[in-house]
Amino acid sequence: MKELTCIVCPKGCRLHVDEEHGYAVTGNGCPRGAEYGKIELTHPTRVVTSTVRCVGGRYPRCPVKTDRAVPKEKIFQVMRALDGVELTAPVRTGQVVLKNVCGTGADVVATRSLSC
Amino acid sequence: MYDVMIIGCGITGAAMAYELSKYELKVAVLEKENDVAEGATKANSAILHAGYDPMPGSLMARMNVRGVELARQLCRELDVPYEPIGSLVLAFCEAQRENIKELYRRGMENGVPGLQVLTGDEVRAMEPNLAQEVVCALYAPTAAICMPWEYCLALAETAVVNGVELYLEHPVTALKPTDQGWEVTAGGERFETRYVVNAAGGEAGEIHAMAAFCPFAIHPTRGEYYLMDKSEGGRVSHVIFQCPSERGKGVLVAPTVDGNLIVGPNAQAVEGEDTRNTAQGMDYVRERAAESVPSIDFRQSIRNFAGVRAVADTGDFIIGPVDGAPGFFDAAGICSPGLSAAPAVAEYLTQLMGEGGLELKKKERFQGKRSRVRFNRLTAQEKRDLVSEQPAYGRVICRCETVTEGEILAAIHSPIPPRSVDGVKRRVGAGLGRCQGGFCGPRVVELLCRELGISPGEVLQDRVGSWMLAQETKGGGRHV
Amino acid sequence: MYDLIVVGGGPAGLSAACAAWDSGLRKILIVERDQELGGILNQCIHNGFGLHYFQEELTGPEYAGRFIELLGQTGVEVRLDAMVLEITPLREVHMVSRNEGYRIERAKSIVLAMGCRERTRGAIGIPGARPAGVYTAGAAQRYVNMEGWMPGRRVVILGSGDIGLIMARRMTLEGARVLACVEVMPYSGGLNRNIVQCLHDYHIPLYLSHTVTDIRGDRRVEQVVVSQVDERRNPIPGTEMIFDCDTLLLSVGLIPENELTRQAGIEMDRRTNGAVVYENMETSLPGVFACGNVCHVHDLVDFVTAESQRAGAAAARYVLDREGSPGEPLLHVKNGDGVTYTVPQRIRPGRVEKLCQLFFRVNRVCGNSEIVVSSGDTQIASFKREHLAPGEMEQIALPQVLLARAGGELTVSVREVEDT
Repeated sequence: MKELTCIVCPKGCRLHVDEEHGYAVTGNGCPRGAEYGKIELTHPTRVVTSTVRCVGGRYPRCPVKTDRAVPKEKIFQVMRALDGVELTAPVRTGQVVLKNVCGTGADVVATRSLSC
Repeated sequence: MYDVMIIGCGITGAAMAYELSKYELKVAVLEKENDVAEGATKANSAILHAGYDPMPGSLMARMNVRGVELARQLCRELDVPYEPIGSLVLAFCEAQRENIKELYRRGMENGVPGLQVLTGDEVRAMEPNLAQEVVCALYAPTAAICMPWEYCLALAETAVVNGVELYLEHPVTALKPTDQGWEVTAGGERFETRYVVNAAGGEAGEIHAMAAFCPFAIHPTRGEYYLMDKSEGGRVSHVIFQCPSERGKGVLVAPTVDGNLIVGPNAQAVEGEDTRNTAQGMDYVRERAAESVPSIDFRQSIRNFAGVRAVADTGDFIIGPVDGAPGFFDAAGICSPGLSAAPAVAEYLTQLMGEGGLELKKKERFQGKRSRVRFNRLTAQEKRDLVSEQPAYGRVICRCETVTEGEILAAIHSPIPPRSVDGVKRRVGAGLGRCQGGFCGPRVVELLCRELGISPGEVLQDRVGSWMLAQETKGGGRHV
Repeated sequence: MYDLIVVGGGPAGLSAACAAWDSGLRKILIVERDQELGGILNQCIHNGFGLHYFQEELTGPEYAGRFIELLGQTGVEVRLDAMVLEITPLREVHMVSRNEGYRIERAKSIVLAMGCRERTRGAIGIPGARPAGVYTAGAAQRYVNMEGWMPGRRVVILGSGDIGLIMARRMTLEGARVLACVEVMPYSGGLNRNIVQCLHDYHIPLYLSHTVTDIRGDRRVEQVVVSQVDERRNPIPGTEMIFDCDTLLLSVGLIPENELTRQAGIEMDRRTNGAVVYENMETSLPGVFACGNVCHVHDLVDFVTAESQRAGAAAARYVLDREGSPGEPLLHVKNGDGVTYTVPQRIRPGRVEKLCQLFFRVNRVCGNSEIVVSSGDTQIASFKREHLAPGEMEQIALPQVLLARAGGELTVSVREVEDT
């Protein structure tokens, strides 16, 4: 039995995950908690939020995120991949900045619009 | 060849530069830091004392009383915030009544105008937030509050406008007598000068020793302070001192010219320029201040700071020529009331230098007026007119103190431009308020970069070495 | 003359303006001091926003972007890079900007949505030297996320508020080494999820019941000394740990930014540091409303939005209906045992439609608890919670029928119940 804090929402439920019985989760306030409990113990993932360089906009950086959670151990690889990206304004929210980042299947997308 | 080189650009050095800039002389000031007013001048009580405290007959007493008299006019001409709000020295028991009377007698002998001894009830009528224990007080109407940074800056700026050369980041490392005066080594450069003025504050002993045997020692004494939010600024309307007692000189409580409240200092002997705050020092200041004004809400503190006063072991200011070092003049041991005394020290020392052979011929064109825009003190109509003429005054950068881009740009292009974010703060007040630059800091950095053509990585918080930003994001990282 | 002037174009101001438009006001102005709308959300590039309101997880800029888009579909006027200098009791708003100069605009109603600012080193009196390298977490966040500059390489964070935790992760991702997060209280001030995903994920130690007792370094921070504290939060000698670092970030609380409010003579609550408000977020000055972090510091932006929509709608009702009458029934809400503050502080039952939302915070961590609302000696409602913490904002909804029956005052208190 493993005890975890759920990070799916701000509530932060205390989860109990039974590794020996198919990762059955108790203590979760919603179905997403059950899913999180299982994934966290088998192959933990996180959404990465960061920035990339941007020229010609109001700010020299544009915020971005992975459009889905990526394997936790790949977070720093994703960060390194973002170091090489440079956008040119205008940028719009949702614009794909980097496809299938580090082979994770996730795209990196801009999370704000930046006009020239 | 300079006629006079002044070492140190604190309040004493700046006042001296200002005074000498009235004459046909080639004058330079050597300052070891990257700005003026970086030592005791930037961290003190911001008070011009009336002059009842120093012993009658001392240089301190004479300089103090004359200095505050000169300051009134000077602050007006140079547009330095100055308010003659008067001071009260409180006695908390019958035994202290004698001390108050003694201060009154000293003050009368020193020539301090308008002194009165008031009863406890009279004092509380003037200052309703004072403690019930107050039995009597000495009232001195000529005490004033001012903005020490700007006082120093205004004097130095006026000197520069009138031809004085200011060398920042030029610490003096050697003094050598020559046939005509002195060779001064500072910041790796050599200068020739006929006269030297030692206004080096805490380091005046070391500087003196470069020229001649030093018969005095400077004992650095640290004082810690609280600066409180403007919500506390109305607690008192005079400078509130405590009666000197066996527990020390006491802690003062006073409004500042910006409408904040200043509380402090303690007095602690330290080594060198040790301006750290300590838990004990801060506790002491809070406890003692509450004896005078019990209702101060210390949760409204916006900053703690500490300054080191250059106290000489002679017990008095040391002003004048030095035996065995012709052309070398001291303005040393200028501890409290140094801010009050500064223009008088400069006046007196100039006179002594004249007697010592310095030719004093008044300039025909001396530019003795200085002023700057203070947006937050303008009327609505004045603001309207200013912004319509110069739109940069319509962009508020520091929202706590309502300081505009126009004021910051004017400072960056002034006779002594700031080289750091704190340099901007001292000149225009951006970052001086309750958020302490949390909001305007990045915007001031941006303006400094834009106007000076430098990178954010080169912007300093204050003195050399006080870097603000390490590196750009993206690519510079360590990435484990 | 405007129907409504909204001071501040962050999440609170945006929601209030949109709601007022939807409620029928047409002449609305938002005054924003920054060069763009969105407020602090623009620098909060992490995700976790919008789960309540949009049922999806958004980053700060995305959350703001949704409302900026909604606003674009209305006829609300926006004045950017404009600073409000004064609000008078006659609802005249003095403002200044580079483009429009100094102007005085009059309004039938005003919504105050100025947000909050961070507590600083001076407010908590950390002893030590005063070198460069001591930043509030929010200032550091702006440098990193918007300007693209790192404030330092080796970092200690004081305070475990959410911004501090988020910055621990953010600085780590950008290559800094975060050595410790230090919290003076025996519990964290931030959300549990952030402890996990910002500290645990990156093996950053959290020292509870510890604080910074010395800052060393002449020009730039060189060391920070951390000590354990006793129950009364006094440092325990002999427990000092020394961290070699160049940066200290402070995440030690937020203070509503109410200088304009105070200047206008509006009644303040010294617990929230915001204006005293009625059930519809109206302040003691009729026609002037306050919402979001300027009223009380929220934990989630979703609740800011909900509260601000109520304020915007109420401003519209004030202008269009002129509701209310002097002498109408009024309830004063009191903080009972375990409760630090409530918002609203006053309720006019006659103006509550079905439910009155009441926000509050507790003063300690509680397990299974009962939230009790009583009027005089009579308990009128109770609510069960499994967990309460000072870092989290709580809310209850009080039915109008119950409020109508209560008289004079309401007390909200918290009672821990034995586990069964």
